Amino acid sequence: MSNKIELRDHQRELYLFHVRLVFTAFCVLVAFVLLLGRFIYLQVVQHEHFRLLAEQNRIKVLPMTPNRGAIFDRNGVVLASNYAAYTLEIIPDKVDNPEKIMDDLSEIVTISPKDRQRFLKLLETAPNFSSIPIRRRLNDIEMATFAAKHYLFPGVHIQARFLRYYPNGQLTSHVVGYMGRVSKTDFERLQEEGNATNYTKSDTIGKSGLEKQYEKELRGLNGYDHVEMDAGGRSIRKVKTIRSIPGNNLILSLDANLQHVAAEAFGQQRGALVALQPNTGEVLALLSLPGFDPNGFVDGIDSAIWEELNNSEDHPLNNRAVQGVYPPASTFKPFMALAALELGKRDAAYTMNDPGYFILGNSGHVFRDWKEGGHGQVNLRKAIVESSDTYFYELAHDLGIDAIHKFIKQFGLGRQSKIDLDGEATGLLPSRAWKQRRFKQKWFVGDTISVGIGQGYNLATPLQLAVATAALANGGRILKPHLVKQIENSQSEVFKTVSPQETGFVSLKEEHINLVTEAMIGVTKPGGTAAMAGYKSQYEFAGKTGTAQVFSMKGQEYKEEEIDERLRDHALFIAFAPAENPVIAVSVLVENGGPGSRAAAPIARKVMDFYLLGKGPKLKNRQP
Amino acid sequence: MARSVASYISRHLDRQLLMLITVVLIIGLLTLHSASGGNTARTLSQVANILVALVVMWVVANVPLHYLSRIALPVYVFGLLMLIGVEFFGEVVNGAQRWLSLGFTRIQPSELMKIAVPLMLAWYFDRYESVLRSSNFLVGIILLVVPVFFIAKQPDLGTAILVAVAGIYVLFLAGLSLRLIIFSLAIAIGSVPFIWSTLHGYQRQRILTLIDPSTDPLGSGYHIIQSSIALGSGGLMGKGWLNGTQSQLDFLPERTTDFIFAVFAEEFGLLGNLVLMFLFIAIIGRGLVIAANAPTLFTRLLAGAITLIFFTYVFVNIGMVSGILPVVGVPLPLISYGGTSLVTILFGIGILMSIQTHRRLVQT
Repeated sequence: MSNKIELRDHQRELYLFHVRLVFTAFCVLVAFVLLLGRFIYLQVVQHEHFRLLAEQNRIKVLPMTPNRGAIFDRNGVVLASNYAAYTLEIIPDKVDNPEKIMDDLSEIVTISPKDRQRFLKLLETAPNFSSIPIRRRLNDIEMATFAAKHYLFPGVHIQARFLRYYPNGQLTSHVVGYMGRVSKTDFERLQEEGNATNYTKSDTIGKSGLEKQYEKELRGLNGYDHVEMDAGGRSIRKVKTIRSIPGNNLILSLDANLQHVAAEAFGQQRGALVALQPNTGEVLALLSLPGFDPNGFVDGIDSAIWEELNNSEDHPLNNRAVQGVYPPASTFKPFMALAALELGKRDAAYTMNDPGYFILGNSGHVFRDWKEGGHGQVNLRKAIVESSDTYFYELAHDLGIDAIHKFIKQFGLGRQSKIDLDGEATGLLPSRAWKQRRFKQKWFVGDTISVGIGQGYNLATPLQLAVATAALANGGRILKPHLVKQIENSQSEVFKTVSPQETGFVSLKEEHINLVTEAMIGVTKPGGTAAMAGYKSQYEFAGKTGTAQVFSMKGQEYKEEEIDERLRDHALFIAFAPAENPVIAVSVLVENGGPGSRAAAPIARKVMDFYLLGKGPKLKNRQP
Repeated sequence: MARSVASYISRHLDRQLLMLITVVLIIGLLTLHSASGGNTARTLSQVANILVALVVMWVVANVPLHYLSRIALPVYVFGLLMLIGVEFFGEVVNGAQRWLSLGFTRIQPSELMKIAVPLMLAWYFDRYESVLRSSNFLVGIILLVVPVFFIAKQPDLGTAILVAVAGIYVLFLAGLSLRLIIFSLAIAIGSVPFIWSTLHGYQRQRILTLIDPSTDPLGSGYHIIQSSIALGSGGLMGKGWLNGTQSQLDFLPERTTDFIFAVFAEEFGLLGNLVLMFLFIAIIGRGLVIAANAPTLFTRLLAGAITLIFFTYVFVNIGMVSGILPVVGVPLPLISYGGTSLVTILFGIGILMSIQTHRRLVQT
């Protein structure tokens, strides 16, 4: 290699190298400008966007369920309240195999097969990120045991929850109702109402009774914890708390002790009782038997109990007082009597002969009186006192269905009373138009006859009968029955009182009311159908018995002991007391109880005795 | 006495590089301390790494250059043999065959090639300094392509690209004809569809995720989304040291290693980024000056390649964290936690210092 060439090449190489070095330096700078541009884009242009994303990463908003309003009776007896209980809960998202976790857990805390079942059922329906209870009401020992072994169970935690408690569970089950987890349908309804944000899917909501009807009052408003959380979902600290607003309290017009007296009087019998204040429409007692224990629903009912409640022949979930419809039977007669008097078809003096049956005109169709051989010479008073069917057969025939329907409709039969409870039945006060609609058939004169004694197509709820009875007691005013007397605002502690609301008025002459009332007092006196129930009463009361046919004997003789218990007659009784200045109106229905005089009237007497005289069993207060 | 000891120690250290590196290392330690959530153990462990790496740097800086040129060929051949060994006897870890077991330890030959390839090329071109012809470049390309092929086949695309880039820097600085470069670029671009078809699923996913991170927000996209949020929410001034929510609350993955820049940018903002970029540019600038002044072709090419490799690490890492490059496992030089990376980088810096400080000796 010659030195000369090497030198020249060396210079050339060096020059080339420097050129390329300068070029790379330029490229390096361009690259850094590129990065800088990216920084400016992210940190200046898009800063606000990313700042928000970082906040969303960091802060989780956790809703806090408000304390639900309590429910009291008119004397302050607690019907629904909350208590804090510790529940063991699992977040399905953070657990691989819930079954295995339950097996492991059952070694340190008791987990019954029912707990398992309930958990698995909730697991199917609840969203994965929500926390699902597996065991409720942990005791202190279980709490301590779990706390010590908590680290073995990621995804399992103890949660303090307020649980609903009904101290008088069975007694007021149909009035107060029960709570359950927010279902999909509930959630859709809440969304329609625009209230969905106030609930999480693991919350509970009123499912029936007042819990459902007054959900908005009782619920309160969610609070929110703004919690800083790390990527693993562990909370670091609370950033902000918006406190929840507790729900409002309900004070009912219901007298729990009166309800208790009524329930005791029913014993094991099925049926319903409604007691109203005739001048206000306040519901003093509203009982449906059998009841159920609403405490069982609080955190998801297990399917066995649910099946049992749903499939039971006794239908314990049905509120017979407002959802059950029964023929009013002879309790219909005082209203028929008023119709006759007001429309001038009868007067006090009119007398007819009751041979024990009524023959309808040319058809020759025979309608039998309940009493073989009849009641002899019968005027209006005697027809009510002894409950003559024949008198009212003839009367119904004379009035005709249109007049009957038009007049008696005014007492609220055949339409909802608009009580503050869900699912009220309409009942049925038959008319020509109804029959045409329902059966595409014209009305026959024969149809009218049995309507006159509250049978035939007639159907009424015990509540409707109570409202109509209250109208007899208060001179014709139809008052909307209501269970809630006052709503106590949880924030202002101001009571909002529900005032009586008149939904109708029946114009009645005083002498007509007095005549019918006097006859109804006669019912409870010796010689009347409810003489036994009125025996040695310290106050006078007006009443009317009823015995509703469940099953037509088709001419055969009705022998109570020979027919199936569930085909026996329903016993009914309506009453108000004291007769001269009524403060309570009652309707009683005993399913398959037989004659109203024997099964229903004594129950009404006990209820009135307690209300007016304070006599009867006292309600004991219960704790969770 | 003390003075003479100090002057003996600093004899082969480049003062400018040393100052710049020290500042960046301190920034790195502060960021690491924050990223590890105040975990002092990790910071202390990194201090130990730094000390070891500084010793390595000092030793390398004191090594005369002809020793380096002598080991170039053996190291390259050794590395290549090991790569071939990996191909046939390598251990499969996480679906990729990258490790070679030596009984007492496992080594990753591809890491060695990051230095061995530029060293080899610089040495090769230096031998033919005065008479470089196209045939020499052809040999150079073959010297480069063979190891890159084996590394890419493992598969380890990230390392393969980095090794290839390191080699290309040497070829470029050695004066590979521009026509050939443009030609190669055209071939490279033309072969994109072919390369795409040979890529593994996870490699494709990384590139797709880069284009739209939201397609896979919990998988591959999670890294990019979270680091973008960290950068963006840092804003102009940053959230302050130890106050980054993305980093302190565990939202940033790998925040002490590959994604540590996101922690820095979140807590120190655009302003901090400008300072750090300035420091990196200064280091790279100094490296290029050293390359420009280097006495021989071997040292010129080596200094230039090392500087550009340093630049590549910085650019690829920050580009990845800020979401303009795919997620490849490249640490941020001098900042990311990890001994290997620190030692490698300071080894390179040591070479730069050696080139700078042994210059006069060579020239005289």
